[in-house]
Amino acid sequence: MTAERVSTVAKPGRSPFTLWLRTHALQIGITIVAIGIWAIFAIGSPQTFFRGNIYQAFMSTTPFFGIMALWLTLVVITGEIDLSFPSIMTISMWVFATVMMATGNLAVALVLMLLMGLSAGMLNGIIITKVGVPSLVVTIGTSFFWRGMVKVLTGGTGTSLLPTRDTIFYELFVGRLFGFIPMQMVWMALFAILCWVLLNRHRLGAHIYLTGDNADSARLMGVDVDRTKIIVFGLAGFSAAFAGLVASLEVTYYWPTLGEGYLLNTLSSVFLGGTSVFGGTGTIYGTFVASFIIGAINAGIVAIGMSGFWTELIYGLIIVLSVVTQTIVGRRIK
Amino acid sequence: MTEPTVRLVNISKSFGEVKSLENVNFEVYPGEVVGLLGDNGAGKSTLIKIITGYHQPDPGGEIYFHGKKVENLTVPKARALGVETVYQEKALADDQSVWRNIFMGREIANRLGFLDIKQMRAVTQRLMTEHMGFTSKAVNPDTPVRTMSGGERQGIAITRALYFEAELIILDEPTMALSLSETRKVLDFIANIPKAGKAGIFIDHNIFHVYPVVDRIVVLDRGRVAGEFRKADVSLEELIDRLYQVARTGRLEAARGGKA
Repeated sequence: MTAERVSTVAKPGRSPFTLWLRTHALQIGITIVAIGIWAIFAIGSPQTFFRGNIYQAFMSTTPFFGIMALWLTLVVITGEIDLSFPSIMTISMWVFATVMMATGNLAVALVLMLLMGLSAGMLNGIIITKVGVPSLVVTIGTSFFWRGMVKVLTGGTGTSLLPTRDTIFYELFVGRLFGFIPMQMVWMALFAILCWVLLNRHRLGAHIYLTGDNADSARLMGVDVDRTKIIVFGLAGFSAAFAGLVASLEVTYYWPTLGEGYLLNTLSSVFLGGTSVFGGTGTIYGTFVASFIIGAINAGIVAIGMSGFWTELIYGLIIVLSVVTQTIVGRRIK
Repeated sequence: MTEPTVRLVNISKSFGEVKSLENVNFEVYPGEVVGLLGDNGAGKSTLIKIITGYHQPDPGGEIYFHGKKVENLTVPKARALGVETVYQEKALADDQSVWRNIFMGREIANRLGFLDIKQMRAVTQRLMTEHMGFTSKAVNPDTPVRTMSGGERQGIAITRALYFEAELIILDEPTMALSLSETRKVLDFIANIPKAGKAGIFIDHNIFHVYPVVDRIVVLDRGRVAGEFRKADVSLEELIDRLYQVARTGRLEAARGGKA
């Protein structure tokens, strides 16, 4: 820190445009990565990537983890982590399947399912803030707990969701808008807008950033840090329940193993999108684009004629390279 | 007679086994600045964090603002009562913009909680040019505070305390890590608090900073008030002697027996 520096002297590289570039460096970066990957796929397999079907496939499967990644971004910006959402997916969806079979009322089943997700998420938040156990530890525990609960309750057997078929309910969540756009994609877009507004234009979002940036300062200045964390964990649980519903409706079957395989896709969408694991910085735009990168790689690799065995290796490569670049660029601009 | 801006009666605070404060009585009147002195661990920071609502005192302690008893003081409540604080650790969020720091914990929002960013930016811009001395176009309300110098950051913490119609301004070691000229500015600012009819509490390790700008001095030692006196009654040399005395014996009585 130079004591001599006078604040009124204009510092080089601080014009409004370069400031904009600096504050949006990560979003610009992820956009370039997305375009680059698309270009590779498009050159490798133009017959696939210049037709609509592949995009319909992306829009159908990406929201299963993308919806959770959006809300998980809020959790990570507060400086916490949630590993329990795949298990919250399945316990909430068990509630849905059970209530549906018992009452035949889809609306009641939906409400109870979402409440289950919300409460399980808030329970995470309460243990983390009021007891003071780190979120990594708490959510490993609750993850086992909820999945174990489902195993005990179901004995491993699933439930057919055929009663939802040919209902407005089904069309609303996984139908095809204009016969083309999967409704889960519409929901993901709506959630993205909602998350963006909450994070950037609402007091909750202001408190989320402040909590993750410096929780002690935030407390000193009157921000209710505990409440903020409980709310974001609750929202993450809520979105896990919602994602579990669309993933299950898409296949018209509730599998007790629901959610397995989503953990790493979701987390990597958040981190690839430029959200810092240390909290305080992160964007919804980054997570949104990153989840489509993650979602596209699998199909893209097969389409350009490589073996599906390459998928994870390329995931790993893209994620490691991106976060390394982000960290180096981030250090440079600070 | 005017009521004190804030009055603490019989305040104790324990953290587990550790008694940080014991039966402390303390008050600040409008138009005066009180210097709070004491060694590390004397309880200075705990005392001010009770006034700011960050810590709640042990049962039995009472807090009055302008003669009215306040129960369950919280940070938002204290800020609503006009308590503003410049913390030792500055209490800034480094990766956030200037305007988000200025309005930390009291964002301008409508009833549904949606932010009025336009107004917060405009106010921040005005404060930056009028009070913080930023005239360059290159630094604007959206600049993250991480990129600023120590003095600039302290400027934000002080301006934030002033903008919100403070009744009582608490400064917890505000000159830490500041250059000489920046320290001068902070001390001038403190000296002006009484002229505005407001009250101030000034904590600093450096007695040469405290003595010139305060009206009254309270000495804390190991969680107790070891003594207090008006500046008019004691010279700087005497004060230093007595502080050594406190450090050795925990009592303020001078060796020659004069009670302060």
